[in-house]
Amino acid sequence: MIEINDYDIAIVGAGHAGCEAALACARMGLKTIVFTVSVNSIALMPCNPNVGGSSKGHLVREIDALGGEMGKNIDRTFIQSKMLNSSKGPAVHSLRAQADKDDYSREMRKVLENQENLTIKQAEVTELLVEDGKATGVKIFTNIVYHTKAVVLCTGVYLKARCLCGEAITYTGPNGLQAANALSKSLIEAGVIIQRFKTGTPARIDVRSIDFSKMEPQYGDNPVTPFSFSTDPASVQKEQVKCYLTYTNEKTHDIIRNNLDRSPMYSGVIEGKGPRYCPSIEDKVVKFADKTRHQVFLEPEGLHTNEWYVDGMSSSMPEDVQIQMYRSVPGLENAHIVRNAYAIEYDCFKGKQLKPSLEFKKIPGLFSGGQSNGSSGYEEAAAQGLIAGINAARYVQEKKPLVIDRSEGYIGVLIDDLVTKDSFEPYRMMTSRAEYRLLLRQDNADIRLRRKGYEVGLISDDQIQELDRKEEEIRSEIARLKTIRVGASKKTSDFLSSVGSTPLGTAATLEELIRRPELNYDIIAPLDPERPVVSAAAIEQINIEIKYNGYLEREQRQVAQFKKIEDRKIPSGIDFTTIKGIRLEAQQKLNDFRPDNLGQASRIQGVSPADIQVLTVYLSSRDREKKE
Amino acid sequence: MNYISEDTIAAVATAPGVAGIGIIRLSGSDALQITDKIFKTAGGKSLDLVNAETHTIHYGFIYDGDEMIDEVLVSVMLAPRSYTTENTVEINCHGGPFVIRRVLQTVIRNGARPAEPGEFTKRAFLNGRIDLTEAESVMDLIASGNEFARKNSLKTLRGSIYNEIHDLRDRIIHETAFIESALDDPEHYSLDGYPDELHKNVVELKNEIESMLSHADDGKILSEGINTCLVGKPNVGKSSLLNLLAGEDKAIVTDVPGTTRDAVEVKIQFGGLTLNMMDTAGIRDTNDTVEKIGVEKSRNAINNSDLILFVLDSSSKLEDDDIEIFDSINGKNCIIILNKSDLDPVLTVDKIHEMTDAPVVVVSARNEDGMEDLLHLVREMFLKGEISNNDQVYITNERQLSELRHVNDSLSLVLRSIEDGMTEDFFTVDLMDAYDRLGSVIGEETGDDLADRIFSEFCMGK
Repeated sequence: MIEINDYDIAIVGAGHAGCEAALACARMGLKTIVFTVSVNSIALMPCNPNVGGSSKGHLVREIDALGGEMGKNIDRTFIQSKMLNSSKGPAVHSLRAQADKDDYSREMRKVLENQENLTIKQAEVTELLVEDGKATGVKIFTNIVYHTKAVVLCTGVYLKARCLCGEAITYTGPNGLQAANALSKSLIEAGVIIQRFKTGTPARIDVRSIDFSKMEPQYGDNPVTPFSFSTDPASVQKEQVKCYLTYTNEKTHDIIRNNLDRSPMYSGVIEGKGPRYCPSIEDKVVKFADKTRHQVFLEPEGLHTNEWYVDGMSSSMPEDVQIQMYRSVPGLENAHIVRNAYAIEYDCFKGKQLKPSLEFKKIPGLFSGGQSNGSSGYEEAAAQGLIAGINAARYVQEKKPLVIDRSEGYIGVLIDDLVTKDSFEPYRMMTSRAEYRLLLRQDNADIRLRRKGYEVGLISDDQIQELDRKEEEIRSEIARLKTIRVGASKKTSDFLSSVGSTPLGTAATLEELIRRPELNYDIIAPLDPERPVVSAAAIEQINIEIKYNGYLEREQRQVAQFKKIEDRKIPSGIDFTTIKGIRLEAQQKLNDFRPDNLGQASRIQGVSPADIQVLTVYLSSRDREKKE
Repeated sequence: MNYISEDTIAAVATAPGVAGIGIIRLSGSDALQITDKIFKTAGGKSLDLVNAETHTIHYGFIYDGDEMIDEVLVSVMLAPRSYTTENTVEINCHGGPFVIRRVLQTVIRNGARPAEPGEFTKRAFLNGRIDLTEAESVMDLIASGNEFARKNSLKTLRGSIYNEIHDLRDRIIHETAFIESALDDPEHYSLDGYPDELHKNVVELKNEIESMLSHADDGKILSEGINTCLVGKPNVGKSSLLNLLAGEDKAIVTDVPGTTRDAVEVKIQFGGLTLNMMDTAGIRDTNDTVEKIGVEKSRNAINNSDLILFVLDSSSKLEDDDIEIFDSINGKNCIIILNKSDLDPVLTVDKIHEMTDAPVVVVSARNEDGMEDLLHLVREMFLKGEISNNDQVYITNERQLSELRHVNDSLSLVLRSIEDGMTEDFFTVDLMDAYDRLGSVIGEETGDDLADRIFSEFCMGK
């Protein structure tokens, strides 16, 4: 048996989570090896050709602020980009880009290949090594053993994967890639609790068989906003592709209804739990029977392929039904399907086994990030991969883990939800899941998180100095705007009328003017001839902080309350069933989840506020016992 | 030791009931400031308690706005020399239960929060005032108090109000789910013109809440007391017991239409507790009708009660009907009343103990014997708590009302956001706040309701 001792950390999988984990560990100075079943599938996008979208765009920004790669990579490889909800409040603005899938994958692979301290290895990992209860490495299919100090699982949908297209079932990962069939068993033996989830993808259609004249074109933004805080906005202004919108109709729905018995979802062949937010077209037709049509977006998979993605029509119907179904949609009458739609089932881990650091509670040194934690989506995966990678490296460095809480970022909301809720379907991020949404905007992800990225060593001195300058710019300019007063002169009144605002009754500060819904920093420039040069990024923050001040302050007060209970740590190893006064159901839930702090405990379903009060008294009596 | 800085809490600190005197206790950093807002001289002048010495008593009047509510004595205990070690004020009222509640409401409207069950004691413990050895009893007190409050909060809410709140919640989360669906999938759902529609709907919601609140003071929203049923087979003496419990002149016959969950027919003041005698159709009628309430009817009553008084005739043997009732009271709050102790005993207490764990009391309705024992048992069952008895039945109700007022405020904020031309994402913050608080009125948690609603009502996902 060959044994290799060259690496500090092994990353299992090189999808969106694995890439972030591997890069983070290597950049934090640890010798890192990343295993993938195929080097060609590094950063593969096996489903939709998008990065970002509502709330997912926030995640990408946060990944970037912490020093991750996803934002930079999509800035290099997008072919259309849009800021969603731009007419709504700043908290729900979200970037979404169409990626050239091959470019995205290739560019990310290049970054990994050229990263110092990082080695790529094509091999299926078959076993987790555990010694003294700690993860100490992995064994691959050729029986070679890699001894490491930590292991990060980023196995995505590959564990015991099986793909279903009607009656046709293959035991593969996405796109016919090799599944990882051995590792689950080894993990179960190590005490990992596994559940089975399901997701799906629509067909890809040859563009030459699509009639776009029957569809509505969809354009990207001009100008384009980059994802990464480090990307020069000028570098992302380029010609963009069009996408197209069409609709299903009653004929499509009849075809589906008539063949439901052949859908593995409805015939009971699929055991895994599928997501409700990304339903297959079968689900949409059954659950929303009163809707006469559903949206279908046609999106290119890249610039150098004829394959187009049929967004909105994922399915696990047999091929002959798929052909009829797609061809009933206007513009797809002659559609030629290059790749069939299919559903995929896979093993993943119950989130409650994980600490907020994404380390397994019972197996020190074993971390997990990505879809294998029960999430869905590239962005959710990448965010967890980054945190799991950072914390595996911190573990090896014997430093405290990096935990982002719910008041600091969507990443915090995502991970907290995964580890404190018993989820029965793949978890997707949504802005409504963030209770401090107004504070957690995509525009201020750098202000919220960049310093944390710096502390762990993923953000450079230059980047931090740049952030310091930006923050100082915002602070001093808001202070100046509060002091400059404009009189209620005719000149001022004429100007305000000319921009559709009401004239002043008495003198007002510039800050007060900016607060008016119809005005902003740029519009009132003529009233403020002395203003210094302020960067566009700072102006954005200035407008938001002034306009939404009341709302922001209210959330900040709520965050202060939240932090108090979140900071109250619960020592590990408490047997909650011995605490009299906590209800039985809550005792069991607490023992099951083993929350890290009082805040987390309060979010576990089945734990009531009264249980938390009792727990508070218990924790305090423990503290006093120690002192006395 | 004060590791969570405390807001100011308030509750009635004396046992509930008809006693004329009651104490409202306030504890927390603003206790004196809040009291100063409502405690004045007969001429309406401030008594300036913020400058009062510790352990002093002050004479004055409680005002709700311009209206004088009660003549009171107020004791001031400054931190750390109080039970909770926080600034504490105790208002000694004289005006009876209704006035005591009025004073509590006024205190809450002026900035105090209704105390959670056991909260004064919890603070006393966390602040080191109570000995460590009592930690477990503190925890017990909180747990049992909350359990009682939780059960009680639903029972005290009239069925129609419960349904109405349920309906309000449903409408609020529907609006929220629609907005959130549109924000999540903007290419699918449009919010054009929606704020106007929402404004109209929120105004309607607010009107309903305000109407509920306006009825709160005259007690139409809450039905207080312990839902009690008197069961037993014919001729064991139920009606004479009832008359004895009530005392002819004290029983209040109420007519409460529209309640779907319970039919309270007779309210009885019994040793300071209110018993709502349930499903007692015709029970005050001393004719045969009373005794026609058979086993079947008793079973329904048993399921809807907080307290079951099971009457047996000690002068005759147990019959099949009795045994059936024993089966149906299993696991319920029940007191076995062994009546007719004036006759030769056939049925003994020991025999009853073989049948059930429920406490037994021996009485003679004819001789009016044993009623003190019964009262003692009921009080023990419902007014538990040895360290402190701050945790009263109607504090729960005060909390419910306070939450309803917050709901009203949150909905006002939604209206203001709409009127200020804010975008839709700002509305949902306050809508969800209203939803949460309405949930706590009827004892329902929010959990993942919003996500569930989004997915079940709106077809999401490209």
